[in-house]
Formats: sequence, C-alpha cells, structure tokens
Amino acid sequence: MNKKATDSNEWLFEITPKNKLFSLNLKEVWQYRDLLFLFVKRDVVTVYKQTILGPLWYLIQPLFTSVIFTIIFNNVAGIDTGTVPPFLFNLAGVTSWNYFKECLTATSDTFKANAGLFGKVYFPRMIMPLSIVVSNLIKFGIQLSVFIGFYIFYVMKGMPIVPNTLLIAYPLLILIMAMLGLGLGMIISSMVTKYRDLTFLVSFGVQLLMYVSAVMYPMALVKEKLADYAWVVEFNPMAHIIETSRYMLLNDGSLSWNGIGYSVACTVIIFLIGVVIFNRTEKSFIDTV
Amino acid sequence: MSEIILKIENLSKQYRLGTVGTGTLSHDLNRWWHKVRGLEDPFLKIGDVNDRATKGSSDYVWALKDINFEVQKGEVLGIIGKNGAGKSTLLKILSKVTGPSTGSIKSNGRIASLLEVGTGFHPELTGRENIYLNGAILGMTKAEINAKIDEIVSFSGCERYIDTPVKRYSSGMTVRLAFSVAAHLEPDILVIDEVLAVGDAEFQKKAIGKMQDISKGEGRTVLFVSHNMAAVKSLCTRGIVLEQGCIAMDGNVESAVSYYLGGKGIDMLNKVVFDKEFNKEIFHLHGIKLKNVGSSENEPIVEDKEIELITDISFKTKDFHRFSLTYHMVNELGEVMFSFFDKHNKLKLAQGKNEIKCIIPKSFLQSGNFSLTLFIVEDKRRSIFSERDIVQFTVVNGHRDLGVYMGREPGYITPTFIWKS
Repeated sequence: MNKKATDSNEWLFEITPKNKLFSLNLKEVWQYRDLLFLFVKRDVVTVYKQTILGPLWYLIQPLFTSVIFTIIFNNVAGIDTGTVPPFLFNLAGVTSWNYFKECLTATSDTFKANAGLFGKVYFPRMIMPLSIVVSNLIKFGIQLSVFIGFYIFYVMKGMPIVPNTLLIAYPLLILIMAMLGLGLGMIISSMVTKYRDLTFLVSFGVQLLMYVSAVMYPMALVKEKLADYAWVVEFNPMAHIIETSRYMLLNDGSLSWNGIGYSVACTVIIFLIGVVIFNRTEKSFIDTV
Repeated sequence: MSEIILKIENLSKQYRLGTVGTGTLSHDLNRWWHKVRGLEDPFLKIGDVNDRATKGSSDYVWALKDINFEVQKGEVLGIIGKNGAGKSTLLKILSKVTGPSTGSIKSNGRIASLLEVGTGFHPELTGRENIYLNGAILGMTKAEINAKIDEIVSFSGCERYIDTPVKRYSSGMTVRLAFSVAAHLEPDILVIDEVLAVGDAEFQKKAIGKMQDISKGEGRTVLFVSHNMAAVKSLCTRGIVLEQGCIAMDGNVESAVSYYLGGKGIDMLNKVVFDKEFNKEIFHLHGIKLKNVGSSENEPIVEDKEIELITDISFKTKDFHRFSLTYHMVNELGEVMFSFFDKHNKLKLAQGKNEIKCIIPKSFLQSGNFSLTLFIVEDKRRSIFSERDIVQFTVVNGHRDLGVYMGREPGYITPTFIWKS
C-alpha cells in the first residue's frame, strides 16, 4: 500500500475529542463480552471470600428485612395485605426492590470506584455497569429462589395463593428494573465524577425512594388513606413496577396498564439519557474524578 | 514498508489547574451556553504553556499543544522528555484513557497500551484466573488467552503458584505474572510506559528481550516512553523529544537522546572557563573541560567512548618543568574515588600556554555525576595549589546490546579486567 492510499481516509480507528451522541458502540461491547463475564465471575466469586456464611449472606439480608417489615408495618401499623400472608407480601417487594437498589447504587459508583483501572487501560466503559447488572441478576436469582421456597411452604400450608398468568412476563419486568437502575446509575455515576455531593444523595435518596415505591404496602392503600399525597407514589415508576411484580407473583393488588406504560416510558427515557451522559463522560472523566 | 500505521494531527490536551470547586459549575455553564449557541468552547482559547516551575496567569494549561507526527509500520518510537513534558498525557490519549481536547489520532491497527503491569489484578483470585481477567482487560478474547495460557505461565516462572490466590504472591511474582500476560498481547501498535522500571536485573533482561522480539522479530509498531536512555537507545529506531507539551525534536534515536541530554534536558556543566580567579604568580589556569574523544564539547559524555580531560593552563615561570597536575575523582557523595596524575609519561610542558590532555578509557566511568579536585604539585612533592570541585561533569548511558541489563550496576566505575578460563 502506498502512502496516498493510506491518506485517503481509510483509517480503521480514530480518536477524536468528542464521542457521537448515541455511540452506544454495541459492536465494541460485544468484542469485549469475555471481559464482561470475567467481571461478573470476579464479582460473584470474590464478594464473600473469607466469610463463614458465604453466599448465605445473599439470603439473610432480604429475609431479615422482610421479617422486620412484617413486624413493623403489618403487626404494629396494621397494613392489610389481603389474602396473601404479610411475610410473603413483603418478601416479594423486598426481593424486587433489592435488585433495583443494587443495580442503582453499584452502577452509580462506576467511575469513582474504578478510577484506578479506567486510568490505566481502555475497554468500553459500559462493560462495567453492565457487569454489575448481570452479577446482581445472579444474586437476584438466588433471592428469588428463597421466595419460591417460602411460596411453596405457604401453598403446602393451604394458603390460597396462586400466581397470575402474566407471570410469564416477569422476566420483562426484571429487564425494565435493570434498565431503570442502570440508566439512573449511569446518570449519577457520570455526575459524581465532578460533583461528589451526589454520593451522599444516592445512599440517602435510595432509602427514601423505597418508602414511596410501594414496597411494604399495596398502592391502593396509599390512594385510599393519603389521597392528597398519592401522586408521589403514582409518579414513581418503581412503585408501578413493584406493584406489578406482586400482581404477577401473588395475584395481589391491581394491574394498571397506564401505570406500567408510564413506567416503561420513564425507563426508556432515563436509560437513553443515561447512555448519552455516560458516553460523554467516559472520554474525559479521568481528568476530573 | 513505508506504510503509515498511526497519524497524529494537531493533538492538544488542556487541563484545568487548582481544585475542582464552585468555579467549576460556572465554567461548565459558560461552556454549555457557548455550545448551545453553536460557538467554540471559550476556555480552549486561553491557557499557558505547561511549565510547572513558573507561575502562570491562567487556570488552564496545555499539557500537549499541537502535536503532529506519523509512525510507520514496524517502527519503534521512543518518546523522551523531562517530567511534566507531556509524555504520559500523550500515552493516555493514545490508549484512549482520556480524550484529547482538540485534534485527532488515526490508526490502522489495534492499539494496546501498557501503562502499568497487572491492571485489574484481584488479590482474591488465583494466578490463572487473574491471567484471564487481566488479559481480557487488555483486550484479549478468552480464546486467545486459552491458546497462550501455557506459554504465559511458563514465561512468568510461577507454575507452582498458578492456582494460589495472588494475595499470597510476593510482589516480584505478581509483577512477573502481570508482565508475562502483557508480553503475550498481540496488538498492531503497542504503547509502553516505563514498565521496565520494575523487577530485578534478571527480569529486566527478560522484559527487554521480549520487547526486542516484539519489535524486531514480529515487526510490530511500538511506542516506548522511558527515562532509561540506555533502553531507549538500544530499542528504538526513532526518537521524539517532548518539551512543555510540544515536539522539540523528531529524528533518529541517537540525535534525539543527545538533544535531550545536551539541551535543556539536564544541567550539563562538563566545562569551566576562568578569567582571573586562578591567575597566580606561577601559573594561570584558563579552564578545564571534558568531552568524548571525537565529539564536540556540547554533546553529552557517554560512558562507552573515551573521555578526554583537557586542562588549559599557562606557566609563567621558567621552572615550569617542576610542576605537574594531580586530579582527584570525586563521586556524587563527595567521596574521593581515586587520584590520577602523569606517572610514567613525562609530559612535555612549555612555558606559556599548555593544553594538557588526559584520556580516560572507554567504559571505565559509569553513568553518573562526578567532580574533580585539582592539585598543582611542585617537584612531585608539595602541593602549591588545590581547588575542590573545580569542574563537575555528567556521564550518560551509552549504547548497549539488546537483551542485556539496562540498569545501572552498583558502584561508579566498571574497569575492564582480563578474564581467562
């Protein structure tokens, strides 16, 4: 090849100051898929190294949370969960909520936590949050199996619980949760690189968000008792997702197609914004982090 | 052969100094407002040349400013410069860790960078697991690593520990393992920062040897940043000197290294000129200089060539033949290493101006800073004049054969002895 040919814009790779707005670069992410799985493996294998209970910790946390919720909200505060046993009601909410929460908090720390790695070597940065979402999916799977265990236990005891036929759409709901957590996490992680204030906001905000996400109460109850403030819950996409997940798993509560449609729309918008902001940040974050 | 594999055009990188604080938000808003109106970033127009020693007027500096160069396939390019000259910034942009402020880099091959060995090693994972993880981080696929795993393990020399968590390794073993992963990368363009600074002599030898294979044997393009001039000289075919974010020199590696060492790169004295200070009754010392035989005095003194010590002195007395010179060679710590004088060859001195030359054999002094103490001796008995540190000089690394140790031996001199077997 002579010099003229190379000069005529036939470059394989190009590094320029700005990324394109929507360069999700799926092709590159696909090339690095092995790295994605190695990160997932690393996360799953190493978290509970040198602990006695090991992966049991995955189970202890949602179980205890549900027990406490049951005591406080159902026994003390007297929230009515209908025909569904309160413990199972709470476990369903907590399991779903946990997945979202883990995705959000872990991805929102992407740039800060990996500054050392990102500062030394290039790979598509998107791999990192994606690997978090996938490794949390494994954790979520383990927690879900505990839920199923208790589910069977209650059915054996003769409780009148049956899943809704819409249960087949449950994986889709998980996907939406993952996208929402990922999108929000990417937005926050990008902004944290410059403004550290957000770190404090996230840890505290996520906790507050749980209370308006219908985790330990049915949505109908808020509308009935706190009609003036119900809009806070109604406008929260996560509330609809949690409510729907309970509808699918326990056939409890109601399915609002408007609500779920709204949540999906929010998720898609937030996810796209997240991708754009993340892409803009990944090029230069190492200078500001 | 003359295929251009990498082209860097008008590359600049701007950094903001000081802490990121409340001012950041207003600058960000200003930037955004310009962007909305379709204008250029206002802060890209200002900024000082990056000189870390002087206080600048602006909060913005250019770590790199309008860098242009091309690299041909198979070329081994050495990038040298002082601390803060922009070497690491350039490597960071090349390895896509950070983006440029303006300009572009175009390449016709995959770039892999080695800014650090063992990036992403996880202490809880075993050596084998870390090979996979580190390899994948550096851009290898699982299949590629599978094909090379045995080679990597045996190159590292850690077979016995390969299924033990890395946290149980000695630091040297971790480095060995990490380097052997990196050494088995097969990119079209390899970008290497001073990774050779780690490890013991044996390991350095191995690492340099591997780099030689990569560049010479496999015809890969390498960009190499180092402060080890011996390594740069031996490995690279071309050199670029960066100064304050600009290319100060681009040429063959010998002249680039000389430029760096001889220019503003390091303080080079190597000679003194006296006016009246040593104008005594008996003699007048005009100056002393050191240089390599056959080189100019403005070039740095390299260790692998003969060094000439030239003393410019006039004797004012008819008894000039009674005087002689003695020097003490003093190391960086101020210790006298040895003294030398004209013992056997009777110097033919003259009344009036003398240019006395003393040749130090090649590869006798090691690289380093030295100073001389001068004695003027009468009748080989009595010193009539002495001056400590009368001249200081610096000896730099010479060319070394590839595959040998690139570091510095302990001590100050490496005399040539006769070895027999």
